Amino acid sequence: MSATAPSKKAKVPRTAMPEQPPKVRARNFQEVALGYTPEMARIEAARCLQCKKPACRKGCPVEVDIPGFIKQLVAGEHDEAYAVLRRTNSLPAVCGRVCPQENQCEGACILGKKGEPVAIGRLERFAADTYLAKSACETLTGGPACAMARDDLKVACIGSGPSSLTCAGYLAARGIPVTVFEALHEVGGVLVYGIPEFRLPKGVVRQEVEAMKALGVEFRPNWVGGKTVTVPELLETGYNAVFIGVGAGLPRFLGVPGENLIGVFSANEYLTRVNLGRAYKFPATDTPTFPAKHVVVFGGGNVAMDAARTAMRLGAEKVSLAYRRTEYEMPCRREELHHAKEEGLDILCLNAPVEFIGDENGRLARIVLQRMELGEPDASGRCSPVACQGDTCTIEADMAIVAVGTGANPLISQTTPGLETYRRGYIVADPATGETSIPNVFAGGDIVTGAATVISAMGAGRRAAKAIADRLLGPLPAEVSPDETADDSADA
Amino acid sequence: MPSRILRKRKLIPGATSELVISAPHIAAKAKPGNFVILRVWEDGERIPLTIADADPDAGTITLVYLVMGKTTAHLETLDAGDDILDLCGPLGKATEIHKLDGPVICVGGGTGIAAMHHIAKGHHMAGNQVVTIIGARCEDLLLFHDELCSFCPEVLVATNDGSCGRQGLVTDLLVERLENDKTVAEVVAIGPVPMMRAVAEATKPFGVKTTVSLNSIMVDGIGMCGACRVSVGGQTRFACVDGPEFDGHAVDFTELAARLTAFKDQERLSYEEFKKSHVCNCSK
Repeated sequence: MSATAPSKKAKVPRTAMPEQPPKVRARNFQEVALGYTPEMARIEAARCLQCKKPACRKGCPVEVDIPGFIKQLVAGEHDEAYAVLRRTNSLPAVCGRVCPQENQCEGACILGKKGEPVAIGRLERFAADTYLAKSACETLTGGPACAMARDDLKVACIGSGPSSLTCAGYLAARGIPVTVFEALHEVGGVLVYGIPEFRLPKGVVRQEVEAMKALGVEFRPNWVGGKTVTVPELLETGYNAVFIGVGAGLPRFLGVPGENLIGVFSANEYLTRVNLGRAYKFPATDTPTFPAKHVVVFGGGNVAMDAARTAMRLGAEKVSLAYRRTEYEMPCRREELHHAKEEGLDILCLNAPVEFIGDENGRLARIVLQRMELGEPDASGRCSPVACQGDTCTIEADMAIVAVGTGANPLISQTTPGLETYRRGYIVADPATGETSIPNVFAGGDIVTGAATVISAMGAGRRAAKAIADRLLGPLPAEVSPDETADDSADA
Repeated sequence: MPSRILRKRKLIPGATSELVISAPHIAAKAKPGNFVILRVWEDGERIPLTIADADPDAGTITLVYLVMGKTTAHLETLDAGDDILDLCGPLGKATEIHKLDGPVICVGGGTGIAAMHHIAKGHHMAGNQVVTIIGARCEDLLLFHDELCSFCPEVLVATNDGSCGRQGLVTDLLVERLENDKTVAEVVAIGPVPMMRAVAEATKPFGVKTTVSLNSIMVDGIGMCGACRVSVGGQTRFACVDGPEFDGHAVDFTELAARLTAFKDQERLSYEEFKKSHVCNCSK
């Protein structure tokens, strides 16, 4: 297979991902994409051209050695493939599922110029799942390959989302003890409270976290950064460095009348109830949502799609998505939009909310929408939505979910004197190292950039971790790349 | 990291209990006005409870709860020696306590008396003259009377049936006091929404600063979800991080009361299911 000429490889079609049928999955919380079989993975891996200068790798925020792991898959060396992934990526099973590959590795794949790119994300997921399924026991009990060589050092990570987990994983691999402080009761940050089970099963996150515990990382759930413990206190109590990876968790609302009626949720609340609180199993679990007939979701990003698809699965008769612009401008991944439409999502483009109207009990009953049209491009480069004066309509709805973005949670900045922030509360950090205005305090992920992707947060966590480790341990000798050191941990 | 219950006291059998819990990291920082979020079992709901007392030296916090739904009923099945699965805090802004020119009147109703106790104590420690007014339906349902009397020289009591103190409402005592004492610097009220609303309405004509502590529905308790949002002076605020204490004269109590009923059907279902599967030992 590997001897096949490039021109022929380009003609081999991309291997489709098996999925649950739309009508079935729209009513359950099991994962939509079912994963490749070993045979599918081998066929898809064989499409890779093994470029000498891989563009895909440049397209990846953590520069995964993509041709390297795919080569191992072609050879049937699944453990080796996973080891290559883990050199730069602490959470491959997560990234294989939720990265926007079409804008990153797959977007840069040469095969994509004339045909379809190699399905890198699906292969990454296959390699990670295969490894975790086969050697979960070994991962847990085999003991870490990297001894905690430096018990005179310690680093704190605040938050346990993608950036903090990556930072912690890298530092642990270099022998530095790490404590991760998480405000919620479950570790994983947005991977646990935000991304639904049907896109990222929580068991996958738990396995990745267990693998990190096996490396010696200590997790302290129910510890709120800025409340239970502050950054200055961590430094005073002997932490050599602190990494702030708390995400951008403050929900934005629409600012229209009636928004505090019962039945109007932030996407954060709705998704946290369902994902973290497992409300989809209520009343077997205790956290409730309530059933709704007609749900209207506001927004056009991935979170809006997650909320809409969740509402369908919870039994809504109809779920509509109202967006101020057109489908073309929606910031969500095309795959998410495609999946949502297959499952029956009703899309109300060029509509903006004007008012929520309640019944006599203060519960949402109707929503007034304003028709919009596209005007001149705005600062975002997208055409700005302009109201069509006098053109409004009122629709019946008993639930609305607001998914129009998030802001910076101020708990850390309020309790960390000297921490420089931008006007909107995001933390100022050196782009190369992640260091903030306070020496030895680093930050990365959404609390620095504003809401972005899992993988870009991981990239920031990794850069900061490298800067921290180099400062505490001295830089790695030139002939040994940090990737290879990190690799030791992956063999654990 | 579960937190051990060291002592349990049944204040009103079957309805209200007090737990003293080992939580040194929370006790070290807990200030009057702070709350915790707890979860009792692995598929349990996160609920907020105001911290009724904290002892940093002993490393303990005290919680008082009213059994009103599944989570509190489940909590009531625990005893000294048992663990609370998840305990997170201290959350929320602490009460603003500074030296006042005149007396501060702390009003508490029902289970809210326990939370008010912590604030009254805070004012007392700050050297303020504290007057407390507490109310309940009858004497047997009156909480923290002795604890308040231990440091507060003036504890006024109102009961609906007159079995203790004055027959009537806490607001009757409050208005009387405000009419006779023009030096009152601040009124703090914690209790059921109708009581806090009545207190805010009663103090308004006197122009006395009135602080209320709001018990909205919360999920994360750290500003992430907005479930606890309340309208204060026409602006949306989050009770968990902007509060839980707000200017009582600016709070939209009608909206607050409505929002507290958001999940009432689900709460009832959950509670009924629990009662079916658990033998109640709360009145033992």
